[in-house]
Amino acid sequence: MKHTSRRDFIKITGAGAGAMMFARPTIKAFSQGGEQGDVHPGETLTRTPTYCEVCFWKCAGWVYKDKEGNIQKIIGNEDDPHSNGRMCPRGTGGVGMYWDGDRLKTPLIREGKPGSQKFREASWDEALDLIAKKFGEIKEKYGPESVAVFSHGTGGKMITHLMKAYGSSFIAAPSFAQCRGPRQVAFLSTFGEEVMSPERTDIRDTKCLVLIGSHIGENMHNGQIQEMSEAIDKGATIITVDPRYSTAASHSKYWLPIKPATDIALLLAWMHVIINEELYDKKYVEKYTYGFKELKEHVKDKTPEWAYGITTIPPDVIRKTAREMAHAAPAVIVHPGRHVVWYGDDTQRSRAIAILNALLGSWGRRGGFFVPEGVPLPKWPVPDYPKPKRTWKDFYKDQYGLAFEVLTSAVCDLSIPDPSRDWDIKAWLVYGTNLTASLPDTNATLKAIDNLDFLVVIDTMPMDIVSYADVVLPECTYLERYDGIRTSPHRVPNMALRMPATEPLYNSKPNWWIAKQLAEKMGLGDYFPWKDIEQLLDWQLKKVGSSLEEMKRVGVKLMKREYDDLYFLNGEDYEFNTNTGKIELYSTDFAAAGFDPLPDYTPHPEPPPGFYRLNYGRAPMHTFSRTANNPNLWELRKENSVWVNPKVAKLWDLKNGQYVWLKNQDGVVSSFPVKVRITERIRWDSVYMVHGFGHKEKQLTRAYGRGASDSELITKVAMDPIMGGTGMRGNFVTFLTEKPGKEVAS
Amino acid sequence: MRYAMAIDTKKCVGCSDCVVACQTENNVPMGFARDWIVESVAGTYPRVEMEIRSERCNHCEDAPCVRCCPTGASHIIEGGVVLVKHDACIGCMACIEACPYDARYPHPDGYVDKCTFCIHRVDKGEDPACVAVCPTHCLHFGDLDDPNSDVSKVVAERKWKVLAPEAGTKPQLYFLM
Repeated sequence: MKHTSRRDFIKITGAGAGAMMFARPTIKAFSQGGEQGDVHPGETLTRTPTYCEVCFWKCAGWVYKDKEGNIQKIIGNEDDPHSNGRMCPRGTGGVGMYWDGDRLKTPLIREGKPGSQKFREASWDEALDLIAKKFGEIKEKYGPESVAVFSHGTGGKMITHLMKAYGSSFIAAPSFAQCRGPRQVAFLSTFGEEVMSPERTDIRDTKCLVLIGSHIGENMHNGQIQEMSEAIDKGATIITVDPRYSTAASHSKYWLPIKPATDIALLLAWMHVIINEELYDKKYVEKYTYGFKELKEHVKDKTPEWAYGITTIPPDVIRKTAREMAHAAPAVIVHPGRHVVWYGDDTQRSRAIAILNALLGSWGRRGGFFVPEGVPLPKWPVPDYPKPKRTWKDFYKDQYGLAFEVLTSAVCDLSIPDPSRDWDIKAWLVYGTNLTASLPDTNATLKAIDNLDFLVVIDTMPMDIVSYADVVLPECTYLERYDGIRTSPHRVPNMALRMPATEPLYNSKPNWWIAKQLAEKMGLGDYFPWKDIEQLLDWQLKKVGSSLEEMKRVGVKLMKREYDDLYFLNGEDYEFNTNTGKIELYSTDFAAAGFDPLPDYTPHPEPPPGFYRLNYGRAPMHTFSRTANNPNLWELRKENSVWVNPKVAKLWDLKNGQYVWLKNQDGVVSSFPVKVRITERIRWDSVYMVHGFGHKEKQLTRAYGRGASDSELITKVAMDPIMGGTGMRGNFVTFLTEKPGKEVAS
Repeated sequence: MRYAMAIDTKKCVGCSDCVVACQTENNVPMGFARDWIVESVAGTYPRVEMEIRSERCNHCEDAPCVRCCPTGASHIIEGGVVLVKHDACIGCMACIEACPYDARYPHPDGYVDKCTFCIHRVDKGEDPACVAVCPTHCLHFGDLDDPNSDVSKVVAERKWKVLAPEAGTKPQLYFLM
């Protein structure tokens, strides 16, 4: 009777049911659950508002607690435009962050020499006193710029405020040079505005969604996924360009299995067809854009036949998809993607995407890109920050001209003493960023850390970076703390409150408390004049017509738009925030900075024989490397696998489920073996794995040693000369079927 | 009344939110799940097709798990929902063997557990937790006997299939194609 067909498939989540034995095979005579079989159905739960911190989408929801005050579940807030009442798996599984027994529990101070793995528990006073003393010494001896800050997420704002008050100018976030920097620079130079977060893509009302290297559905950007689903219902055409048969590809009318590293050629050919066949929005282009003539000339010879030889996409498919886009225009989105640092020419690639959108007239139009509006929350008046004597730009005068955030790679480089300089970065304060996984080339990051005098890490979990710290400060999770009001711009301006659902577990503290305490110990109390965060939030909220009391009740408050300009480019006069006041098809910014004013295709290295391009991406139930140990999410995906095409598997005699080590072109071998997944969803010249696994920290009891880390295999980085993005897709790996010896793994 | 669920394979992205939401709603012990995601891939690169399905108990009309249960713990209530009385279950696991969908698991407390269609929520007029949370709105739940219910409408309008029809159990999960 047993039906075993599921064995033909890959069951990706949910523990195998039938095959399991009873863990405790006793019969409970009087089980509490009635015939419905549930432990707490119908139980009255109380709720408090929050917004999620498992990823940057920051969905607002309600945290439900049982009678004992235990956090039970998190449900989306119906009024919230980020979640529309539905959290994603990570938001739903956010409870696991709270319950994770591996959490950092109390401040820790390293004992003995730097590099020793011995920590002792310390009181908050002792740990903060030590940081204040060390930072004071560094400021006196080398200047306050010698303390660099890495930060990510909502809580980072209080910490960076503190460090700006201290005088640090090296405040970096991997979200720029390791993620969406190229897109930001490209769209700013083209439209004078950014795509922002959440993205201002009007997917809900689009008729054609083009995903070029954006895998919505595997990246679980909640609002976008919900809108893509709505667009599918309304019959929108989806065109997915991806060397891998992604989830989005499986839901698309067209899947273009492009050869990796050739996107720009396809984008130029699309422009060629749209201009050549006069499919572009003529009125829009004439009224709003600058440089059409130059663009037309530039793509004159970029025919689909030319692109075919580069991208392997047949010319008729290129033409057909270009016409589909033009047919849907202006309700068309060529999606800008988010993590876009791949090959070192990524700003130009993002520029090509921006230009294509401009030709189709989708910017500022329904079904294209809307104009978001936020709530201008006032800042509590504090003294001006001291003016830094040095900034990173001083050391990179002729490089990365259009970077407008501090480059993480610059911080790493300037932390390693160099005879050509008389000054180095001496200390780092790392807030909520697991740098060994979020920056490429883990060994280079560790080399920089080795040269530091002092490293402070603030986190909720003993992430890999923690073991390199001199002082570790345990933050409580987002479910146990207040943070700043969420005011991310959206179609409807809105605010969301995060408040503690419960007291912090263990001896952990919220970031606002840590920042204020440190400020007082460092003589910077003037910058934190509020009694506590409740006073600060209430003051801010009252200035915009609400209050903390109201927000505690509603969680999310929708406001009126000040301007009726959700879609604004329907013939109205408009001056763009660019040099020419127009949408710049031809970028005067780029020209002035010495870069190609129009994007061009450049070939990139191909894998050497026996090697395969290492592509990486996301799984919908995990965020970066930070959720691998979350008990609820770990249940769903415990490790990553390396996707291998069946042809390649045959060549190497690999079996599905077999563990292999990966070795890259520089001889670096993965610290842990990774499971082979043989699948037709991947090309024969590439392998693929989900980012964020292969944790080396043993205190992460669930995540330790599970899967392989792509970051440690990305030793070759292609720097984007325009803005310093770290292109990470030019690495190639091969398979080792036996455990490599120590001499190989060095 | 005939409760049923329709799962839109054209929209499901396999994110597993249904799995976590069920676990936190129903206190499913770690290591077990009442619902799960299946990906089935066919074809050869680059001519590939993939179907993603959120699966759970099919609440069969002719349920082999109920027929084989020696104590009557597995039973069917009004609306066709298949449930297990925990205190009547002796943990013999005959139902686990009988189920063509592999939908049941042995709860560590000694009884067999499975999807209840969140009947405790449905009785209050709410959707099951998986349906309520799904970011893609790919799950539809309701009464098939009511032609105006969400599930009746999609089953009437769309092409669908059931899983393992050859088992002859009259399953009540409809996969929209």
